[in-house]
Amino acid sequence: MPNANTRVAYRNARLLDPASGLDQRGDLLTDGAKIADFGPSLFADGVPEGIEVVDLQGQCLAPGLVDMRVLIGEPGEEEKDTIKSASRAAVAGGITAVVLLPNTDPVTDEVASLEFIARRAREVRLVKVFAYAAATRGTEGNEITEMGLLSRAGAVAFTDGTKAIASAKAMRRALSYARTFDKLIVQHPEEPSLASGGMMNSGERATRLGLVGIPREAEIIMIERDLRLLELSGGRLHFAHVTTGESVDLIRRAKARGLKVTCDTAPHYFALTETDVGDYRTFAKVSPPLRGEMDRRAIVEGLADGTIDAIASDHTPQDQDQKRLPFAQAACGVIGLETLFPLTLELVHKGAMPLLKALACVTVKPAEILGLPLGRIAKGAPADLIAFDLEVPWKVDVTAFKSKSKNSPFEDRPVQGRPLRTVVDGRTVWQFEG
Amino acid sequence: MTGSPHSTTVFPHRHLLGIEGLTAGEITTILDLADGYVEQNRQPSKKSSLLDGRTIVNLFFENSTRTRTSFELAGKRLGADVINMSSDGSSVKKGETLIDTAMTLNAMHLDALVVRHADSGAVKLLADKVNCSVINAGDGHHEHPTQGLLDALAIRRRLGSLDGLIVAICGDILHSRVARSNIHLLNAMGARVRVVAPPTLIPSQIDRLGVEVHHSMATGLKDADVVMMLRLQTERMSGQYVPSTREYFYFYGLDYEKLAVAKPHAVVMHPGPMNRGVEIDSEVADDLKRSMILDQVELGVAVRMAVLDLLTRDRRGNNA
Repeated sequence: MPNANTRVAYRNARLLDPASGLDQRGDLLTDGAKIADFGPSLFADGVPEGIEVVDLQGQCLAPGLVDMRVLIGEPGEEEKDTIKSASRAAVAGGITAVVLLPNTDPVTDEVASLEFIARRAREVRLVKVFAYAAATRGTEGNEITEMGLLSRAGAVAFTDGTKAIASAKAMRRALSYARTFDKLIVQHPEEPSLASGGMMNSGERATRLGLVGIPREAEIIMIERDLRLLELSGGRLHFAHVTTGESVDLIRRAKARGLKVTCDTAPHYFALTETDVGDYRTFAKVSPPLRGEMDRRAIVEGLADGTIDAIASDHTPQDQDQKRLPFAQAACGVIGLETLFPLTLELVHKGAMPLLKALACVTVKPAEILGLPLGRIAKGAPADLIAFDLEVPWKVDVTAFKSKSKNSPFEDRPVQGRPLRTVVDGRTVWQFEG
Repeated sequence: MTGSPHSTTVFPHRHLLGIEGLTAGEITTILDLADGYVEQNRQPSKKSSLLDGRTIVNLFFENSTRTRTSFELAGKRLGADVINMSSDGSSVKKGETLIDTAMTLNAMHLDALVVRHADSGAVKLLADKVNCSVINAGDGHHEHPTQGLLDALAIRRRLGSLDGLIVAICGDILHSRVARSNIHLLNAMGARVRVVAPPTLIPSQIDRLGVEVHHSMATGLKDADVVMMLRLQTERMSGQYVPSTREYFYFYGLDYEKLAVAKPHAVVMHPGPMNRGVEIDSEVADDLKRSMILDQVELGVAVRMAVLDLLTRDRRGNNA
């Protein structure tokens, strides 16, 4: 495999760069960790000596995926996923950068915690690992964290991760204080007192199954409130995994008013609905819950019209002990690092979005939201790349996944398109061995 | 209508996890068989040898003296060995999961497992992991199928048929597995079902289950043939779903005044245990002409015998 000092020529590629709209046949040259050049006639006179050649035979070459919402178990619950296992899963999924949520044990709310993550990532040295820091101490929703010091230590943004910042006062302060460092606040939009005790989307399905429902309004109300607070406080706000049509409408209108608001969703919210809970299928228990078909369609529309900026895996590993339980007791979450890419491509194959637009949602858009210089093919940009086959059909096989946990509701789902090679800083860190 | 307890009807389900999904014919099969067992239970000698040598375990993760006793009697009257297990003494408190428990029980070669659990779907989870027949004795807010069946049997014996009846189910619908089983059953059998409760105790989109929703006893009970009252758990009473028991009884507690809008022959049911003076007035509860509460208890044993009989037929080679 090429090392960091090598120059590599990727030849006969379909070059795809969602940031610039590039979609043409050509070659790309990496020089160490950077992209040196690219274009249709880069090697018209042949590849100079000393450059390693990778012939992509017409396959696609795009920026590596930037996954802005990943939970792992390290530190604290290493049996679920470690930085190492999650990194291996990420690169196998075509992801070249992940951003970790702070909901570990201990919570990432101290400089030392960020340094620990950075050290483990350096040791593993596969995917680029970034981290959020908690917005409030212990993610308890009361006092804001040392945002300045945490920013200096590398926190890319602030969030209480899987928990909503429920107190309006704390949210106002977080938004306001984070402005000092031009940092983003990421909210899990769910009004906790409305969602409390809930297990799935409120409605007929929950009523039939006798499961406590979570109304869609739990999300909508929180988004409405936070948009007001954003107007009051200034700052930048990002809503994670939006799931309802009204949420998309609210954000669409807020953007039109010029508010600095962005949002993402996760594949399960556009690829599944509450009916996938079936007969108490705990792999379909997620937070926020899977919604109905109308909301699923609204999410797809939100992606298509650009209101929803990004798609994140929302990777939440849970081991068997957490999922092989009655639905009420089972933990929320699905693994997603290795299904993010094929499920995003599903939107393309189903005609919901053009390829470049879908790729933007998992590359340049999340990078821009977080202020990371990633996710694009440009001279001098980091050589974080993914080569992939856009068409090949396959079936999701969770047993082959690298994540330590296997809680995927997509097992056996027929998908189309898969990563063939993942390159981080010019190094090939993973190759498909089919 | 009365069937022989020793008929050879095959019930095409391995488990009884809920009423949802059962056909009117299948429900009728159970009720017909139960009718026969009612007669057996009224004899001085109540015991048969139908399930001789069979082992039934009552696995109750939630307290319930009356349902457990009813199942225990049903099993014993059919000649089976019945073991009662409760979560208090089991390994559950030592961290054993439900699936571990299932695997352990499976190794003991049971013929039937009767399960009650506080979580909806827990009985289904267990049923997927064991080889014996599983009977849901109440799972969370989901279903309590034998209660639905015994209610149906009580109505059928008193009023002749379920078809076309107006049945009002009143009270804490939100948390009631009895309500869900009864809604499925009554709909399948052609009854017209109403639910009557304050909006805080009505689950979302329950109208999609084929019921009319009423928030007033006056309209909900109008011309009803059957009034089913549900138990209110007092811990849910303060401030959360309704402001007080006093206010609840005033608007939703069943007394003669509220019952007066129902049909003159209308019967009153309650799955028990009752909160007298909360959801039902003692005068109504104890009126043997109107109240079928004790009939329900009696018929419960017969229904459970019928279910145990049907579910073990396959295992017995259908040669009972």
